[in-house]
Amino acid sequence: MTILRARGVVKSYGRTAALRGVTIDVAEGEILAVTGPSGCGKSTLLHCLAGILRPDAGEVTYGGHRLDTWSERMRSRLRRTEFGVLFQFGQLVAELTAAENVALPLLLAGTGRREARTAAEGWLDRLGVADVADARPGEMSGGQQQRCAVARALVTEPRVLFADEPTGALDSRTSEALLGELVRLAREQRTTVLLVTHDVQVAAYADREVSLRDGVVDASGLGLTAAQGRHGR
Amino acid sequence: MSTAHVLLGLLAGGPMHGYELKRSHDQRLPQAKPVAFGQVYATIGRLQRDGLVTTAGHDQEGGPERTSFEITEAGRKRLDDWLGETEPPAPYVTSTLFAKVAVAVLVSGADRARDYLVAQRAAHMERLRALTAVKTDPASSLGEVVAADYAILHLDADLRWVSNTLERVADLHREVHP
Repeated sequence: MTILRARGVVKSYGRTAALRGVTIDVAEGEILAVTGPSGCGKSTLLHCLAGILRPDAGEVTYGGHRLDTWSERMRSRLRRTEFGVLFQFGQLVAELTAAENVALPLLLAGTGRREARTAAEGWLDRLGVADVADARPGEMSGGQQQRCAVARALVTEPRVLFADEPTGALDSRTSEALLGELVRLAREQRTTVLLVTHDVQVAAYADREVSLRDGVVDASGLGLTAAQGRHGR
Repeated sequence: MSTAHVLLGLLAGGPMHGYELKRSHDQRLPQAKPVAFGQVYATIGRLQRDGLVTTAGHDQEGGPERTSFEITEAGRKRLDDWLGETEPPAPYVTSTLFAKVAVAVLVSGADRARDYLVAQRAAHMERLRALTAVKTDPASSLGEVVAADYAILHLDADLRWVSNTLERVADLHREVHP
């Protein structure tokens, strides 16, 4: 069953076209890699699908509902309850401890403090970082911070996890450990994952790959159309 | 790869029959090409001739008689020397993948090379996914993980080359068909 769908999505920043009509379907429970070189529009696509950005044209539907026509308030609520978001740099709140950071999305959604704390500790434990529950981000390694960020993204048990170069700042061993955990937990929870990456080794953790090039889906999987080259199109 | 040295390495752990050597080779180097029985016996024959391996005994457990082999002191010395030698970085490109693309560009033009590269990329990605699954499977042994890592990094290098070549081939096409 399709959970997320983009139809002819167009998005520009000023005169720069980031997406020039992207159409993709994401099936419920699948782990989909969105790949392509820098500047191909993959992060913009993730932001449009997650309801963070509103497309200039085209449709984004989530569970059959037109996300692109919703108000910012409604999209924001959806992001808090149904979606989890994970970026290259964990973006943990520096003043809060790991457990407080992980509990934050639950507190924002109205969960009681004690219950949120217990859930946060449980997720830190599942990600193997229970020992840093009371540490602040500055006191943790990059890998520990990113594991906390994964815990925070999954603590609400979202239906869809959006991950944008989640291991881009980590060394390869730390990166593979994190991806292994992320994929295992997502499969356990039947969470759909949209994994944006430029790295084929990261893309290989996904079930399927969609390649973008110059703001459009490259149907051949990184195969340029014969008329395209580095210097023009 | 030097099968002789690998067999010496396997015998360093204790005597083995030819069949055990084959099985142990294929298990410990799971991504390597399986070694044929004939190759095991031919290699052991040469190692015996050179005094690096000797016969440890014969047994017959209800089946045909089997000979077990053990490493000699000279064999241990040879193995130790081999483990200490660095390998020369491959000076020539010998892959079929490279040869095929070079020939495709030469003989059939950019479109044919591109079609091949696109199909090859898909095949490489599929293999990369399978190896990644081996790596992330908690049941995988250290040997399997190390072998998967080695294969993954080489496939990654191939894939980068495939992407670059696709770009270059597209440029070539534009020059030919402006």
